[in-house]
Amino acid sequence: MAEALDLKAIGTRPVRPDGIDKVTGRAAFGADLHLPNMLHGMVLRSPHAHARIKSVDLTRARAAEGVLAAVSGADFPGGAGAGDLAKNVIARDKVLYHGHAVAAVAAKTLLQAEAALDLIEVDYEVLDPVMSLDEAMADGATLVNESQHTNGDTSKPASNVAATQRFERGDLAAGFAEADVVVETEHRVPMAHQGYIEPHACTATANEDGKATVWCCTQGHFDVRSLTAQVLGEKVGNIKVIPSEIGGGFGGKTTIYLEPLAVKMSQMTGRPVKMTMSREDVFRATGPTSGTWCKAKIGAKKDGTFTAASAWLAYEAGAFPGAPIGPGCMSVLAPYEVPNLVIEGNDVLVNKPKVCAYRAPGAPQSMHAMESAIDELARQLDMDPIDLRLKNSAAEGTVAPYGPRFPAIGLRECLEAAKVHPNYTAPVPEGAGRGVAVGFWFNIGMQSSAEVRIAEDGAVTVMEGSPDIGGSRASMALMAAETLGVPYEQVKAHVGDTESTGFCNVTGGSRTTFATGMAVVQACEDIIAQCKQRAALTWDLDEEQVDWVDGEAVPKPGVNADVKPLSLADIARGAGRTGGPLLGRASLNAQGAGASFSCNFTDTIVDTETGKVDVLSFTAVQDAGRAIHPSYVEGQMQGGAVQGIGWALNEEYIYDDNGVMENAGFLDYRVPVASDMPMIDTEIIEVANPFHPYGVRGVGETPIVAPLAAVSNAVRDQLGFRIPDLPLSPPRVLEAIDEQGGH
Amino acid sequence: MGAYAYRAPTNVEEALSTLAAEAAAGNRAQMLAGGTDVMVQMRSIDKGPRTFVDVKHVAEANELHIGDDEVFIGAGIASAVLNENDELKRILPGLIESADLIGSTQIQGRATIGGNLCNSSPAGDTIPALIACGAVCVIASPGGNREVPTEDFVTGVGTNVLESTEFLIGLRIPRPKGRSSDAYLRFIPRTEMDIAVCGAGVALTLDDAGICMAAKVSIGAVAITALVVPDAAAALVGTAVDDEALAAAADASSALAKPITDKRGTVEYRRKVVGVLTKRAGAIARDRALAL
Repeated sequence: MAEALDLKAIGTRPVRPDGIDKVTGRAAFGADLHLPNMLHGMVLRSPHAHARIKSVDLTRARAAEGVLAAVSGADFPGGAGAGDLAKNVIARDKVLYHGHAVAAVAAKTLLQAEAALDLIEVDYEVLDPVMSLDEAMADGATLVNESQHTNGDTSKPASNVAATQRFERGDLAAGFAEADVVVETEHRVPMAHQGYIEPHACTATANEDGKATVWCCTQGHFDVRSLTAQVLGEKVGNIKVIPSEIGGGFGGKTTIYLEPLAVKMSQMTGRPVKMTMSREDVFRATGPTSGTWCKAKIGAKKDGTFTAASAWLAYEAGAFPGAPIGPGCMSVLAPYEVPNLVIEGNDVLVNKPKVCAYRAPGAPQSMHAMESAIDELARQLDMDPIDLRLKNSAAEGTVAPYGPRFPAIGLRECLEAAKVHPNYTAPVPEGAGRGVAVGFWFNIGMQSSAEVRIAEDGAVTVMEGSPDIGGSRASMALMAAETLGVPYEQVKAHVGDTESTGFCNVTGGSRTTFATGMAVVQACEDIIAQCKQRAALTWDLDEEQVDWVDGEAVPKPGVNADVKPLSLADIARGAGRTGGPLLGRASLNAQGAGASFSCNFTDTIVDTETGKVDVLSFTAVQDAGRAIHPSYVEGQMQGGAVQGIGWALNEEYIYDDNGVMENAGFLDYRVPVASDMPMIDTEIIEVANPFHPYGVRGVGETPIVAPLAAVSNAVRDQLGFRIPDLPLSPPRVLEAIDEQGGH
Repeated sequence: MGAYAYRAPTNVEEALSTLAAEAAAGNRAQMLAGGTDVMVQMRSIDKGPRTFVDVKHVAEANELHIGDDEVFIGAGIASAVLNENDELKRILPGLIESADLIGSTQIQGRATIGGNLCNSSPAGDTIPALIACGAVCVIASPGGNREVPTEDFVTGVGTNVLESTEFLIGLRIPRPKGRSSDAYLRFIPRTEMDIAVCGAGVALTLDDAGICMAAKVSIGAVAITALVVPDAAAALVGTAVDDEALAAAADASSALAKPITDKRGTVEYRRKVVGVLTKRAGAIARDRALAL
């Protein structure tokens, strides 16, 4: 359907509306707000990875110079029975990871606040930390939470395994028996952080009437409102949240950490309280993604047809349940037709920070395992890795392992495009290796609202509530311009606060351009309907006799009326005479988010004397459904690839024996720098999503999924043996080379 | 965190009396060059009160001479100035590349070799390069200037021979003669913006036949201070710096290294790779000398 559209704005690459302010430094981020009489809040964090809190004494801190408020868990509702979110914001009975917030102070200056932290007396009973999946899942393991039973089943002993998940289809044993070749692999991937540039920051001010306003950097201010209200025991209506510009989130800014502390201390003092995290705080106490232990097994006939596959996944949840095992299980075999399968997931507590979403949460780890196994299978079958995947590719009508039947999807198109890409038909550079992998993300819809307002000169304001983390304001403006038939420059998209626009769920799940975009399109259609009605009134015609063509109301073909077309500006100018201002609106719970598949391949070369892996080229092919602003689609593909490559090569949480993260900074938590990367070549495939008016699929998350296995498979190709675990850091690679040489 | 003071003396005499006065008053004084280490430390690990004494206004510490027999690099000279000096890049390419490895272009506008040396990190990149090319530290002292070879300057992790009333004026480096050159390599997991897992500097002189007449090898980040590796130099002298000699030099570096295991690398890894770097830096220095 979308292919038939004659598009004017969509698919162009105009300047983003927030671009100039970001380049000049005028854009205001989370820490940029300053208010009169503002206090500075700081958090006291646990020096232990696992300990019982026997007491917290704030007396001396409260008496310190400049200090106006000090709080601990006892100042918040719920006590030891508070929910996980509240206990993560500030500990109650136990601290569950090094860096867990225990208390907070607000003082007139930052130095006074910092000095007061030293005066807080906390009596801890230190417990053994549980730092690995093996330890956590072993019989007789120390329990992170003594009252945690697997899947809530209290008939069984308490366990660090909070939840399990299982998908099953066909007869696994029979399927493997049918196979000519069976491959089994086992992999560990470390805990990794999103590494957004902007640390979390917020400012809160509570008024005497009981209302509070919070300014913060977030991917979803409506969620900040509800979660903050929940932790404080406040009514949602008492809290207003104003989102700042956001310096990266990647899923990590979909929850709250500082906001309830700032609101509480503002309520106590009657003064605004500002709180910001250091980079160290961000690493230690926000939500990275799970370290994992995955086993993959896959069997195929000689011609490559998959007969059976199984996956066993264990994911670190951190201190509270909620590892992304659901998406990990959903993704692991989603790209393929597999007649017999079993997929099992385990959500496991450890004494590390509570994980949060990170770009396609859970998929990169499980698919790294399966895409590595499939690579080995291709080698044993002596098949091209793209051909093997094409042979078994999911397509329209395939039933996904998690249940639904896929509508139109673009995996085959991605594989076919990769196969003929000049980077793939070119020979592998001398001494290097090439790796291929497939990526997938299901994407989500959820709730969005949008309003479209027309000024008296026809200027269009799009008001919506999805924080712009990847150029979405430009995409909203493009879809509005396309729908209304006006130039992009005539449209301004704005992200409103919780009281100036309708409810929107978080910017996450690659939903914004799809779902909020759909709301914007519907709000524009509402405007068009109103314009047709106003024109009919003006021309004394029936509404049905008026059409909207290229941004103008015109009589329908065959309607006999001697009138001039009316532009949006014409109608807006005369709106007072035809019923008042033009205001379009839509709200929805978007259905039909289309899955986005990708195929990535890369050439890498290992320095066999140092173990260093250099990425020579990287090519990302991905189905975007419809690229509204192709530059931002390419940007998502490139950014996701770089994050995936970083995770594959160097990124990892490194802990000492006491459960203290040793590399809580960008010096030793090694995200790639620009000079580490080749240009990430991109090719956008467009297989329209039938459920979006312009065919959009979410594109933000799929790009991080395939790079882990693509890089692993490339290193395998050069070395002749597989290093199953990540990261492929120089010491690990050199050790593997030395061991192999010794055999 | 506490009170900070800042002084900007304009010559050695004034700087020495500033240091003496601070010491007499019981204040902690700290010399400041580019500040690229000091500023980071005072915001994180070491926030204590002190008086900063800025070397960037001390005239004698801001001289750069390239003489017939000697090069003098003042302690206040920014790396960017060195990195853009074609003559220095030609005669001391290894030393200059070690300075160019530290920090981004913007940081190099402030950073100094003298500061890198005085910071005395085991992983300081310029230190093995300075040692290899025979640099001597010129130290302003209340009793008059004194000189210390670079390999004797650093005494431990973050410590050196400077007394609280002394400071580094600059570095005297013998100008390489004939077919002499140097090279420095470090290993980092990334391409830049990182800290050495290990490093190796090699300086050597070849005769007309290409036989090595003199060599000096120094390795970094594999002990609490940069080490001189006499056995590696001995393995090169008298040879054409061929693969066999380089392999022997590599083994000598690996054997002398006393690294630790930490988040940046293991003992085994550092020991092995410091040898690889010695070999590779030796080959680069040889090729550079042969091209003269």
